[in-house]
Amino acid sequence: MDAIKVRGLTKKYKSFTLDGVSFTIPSGTIVGFIGENGAGKTTTIKAMLGLIQKDEGSVELLGHCPEEADGAWKEGIGVVFDESYFPENVTPRDVEKILRRIYRSWDKEAYQKYLKRFAVPEGTRYKELSRGMKMKLSLAVALSHQAKLLILDEATSGLDPVVRSELLDLFLEFIQDEEHTIFLSSHITSDIEKVSDYILLIHQGRVLLFENKDVLIYQYGLVRCSKEQYEKLPPQHCRGHRESVFGYEVLVDNREALERDGGYVIDRISLEELLVFLVREEE
Amino acid sequence: MIYTLYKIKNYIQRGDEVDIIISNSSGKPIYEQITGQMKNLILNGTLRPGDALPSMRLLAKELRISVITTKRAYEDLERDGFITTVVGKGSFVREANVELVREERLRLVEGHLQAAVEVARQSGIEERELLDIVKLLYEEA
Repeated sequence: MDAIKVRGLTKKYKSFTLDGVSFTIPSGTIVGFIGENGAGKTTTIKAMLGLIQKDEGSVELLGHCPEEADGAWKEGIGVVFDESYFPENVTPRDVEKILRRIYRSWDKEAYQKYLKRFAVPEGTRYKELSRGMKMKLSLAVALSHQAKLLILDEATSGLDPVVRSELLDLFLEFIQDEEHTIFLSSHITSDIEKVSDYILLIHQGRVLLFENKDVLIYQYGLVRCSKEQYEKLPPQHCRGHRESVFGYEVLVDNREALERDGGYVIDRISLEELLVFLVREEE
Repeated sequence: MIYTLYKIKNYIQRGDEVDIIISNSSGKPIYEQITGQMKNLILNGTLRPGDALPSMRLLAKELRISVITTKRAYEDLERDGFITTVVGKGSFVREANVELVREERLRLVEGHLQAAVEVARQSGIEERELLDIVKLLYEEA
């Protein structure tokens, strides 16, 4: 089953357009959604969730349209934004009292278990919690109503490496169930590189790349070569190039074969370098 | 070097401690590191026919890597005839196929020798000389 199906999602603003974004995410996977600031990650997520009105396109989450009148299925989605919107004076204990009346599938035990595991103090007011604690509180909530799909928007940004590492463990635990899926946007690519199965790269409101992570890491590479060598490269495997005074830098997607047959020297490319390369080439 | 060490002891019914060690900074793809070590464990008898392997998801979690990577490793092991995967039940070590194992090892030997031949060619070491080295090494071992 597909957890997320997005077709031609379009949203026009005065100075920015989300332009016909399409992708399909199979369930049981972790997808890293990357792009520079302002590329359209949050707009995509908000339009997917129906939090902003889309201009065109269709969205299916867990097999349902967000516009459906009966929204009970939405309890199957856990969402965490980079900032959460709890009232300043409530404590994590109050949050429980409020949410158990809202979610039919609310699981008090799970919530308390996560608070304990994350060491979130139950009696401290929201405004007095650190950024990491606020994030963990949001995550505890997202995980306590039997969600099958977790959507996280920049949830790990601004957190220290220890906390981020804990979260990665949590993500891997979450997808032990094959029906569970995580859609994770971030500009911290190293986190995503570790646990993601697929990478979705967006730039200026358009999808630049949707690829299996291992293919990106092991098959993509940067060839540094002369103009003549560049012209001999199989064009169907060249995904972009950059010219400099010293020659050509070419992004290829068949590193293994080129190294074996062509005698080219090819460097591996990290997700971060890939992002920068594709974005700059686009500009 | 960062290593992730995973003991799969708890997932086989009996036997010695078994480690899978993954290096994130090695040039070798992680799925190859997994298949290589699993094959060794099968070939040296630590993992025996019928033994259950940890699920792909569990192995991914313990090694802190993507499921897509462990999936690839298990698919490769299955393709090479080392394990069999039963939907809904898991992956199991297959009855060792002697021919298969031999072929696998021959390929490995060939690979190493090829590297040696390349170095020899580049450095003007003659065929006879190379063969002598191989002979000597084989007798020594």
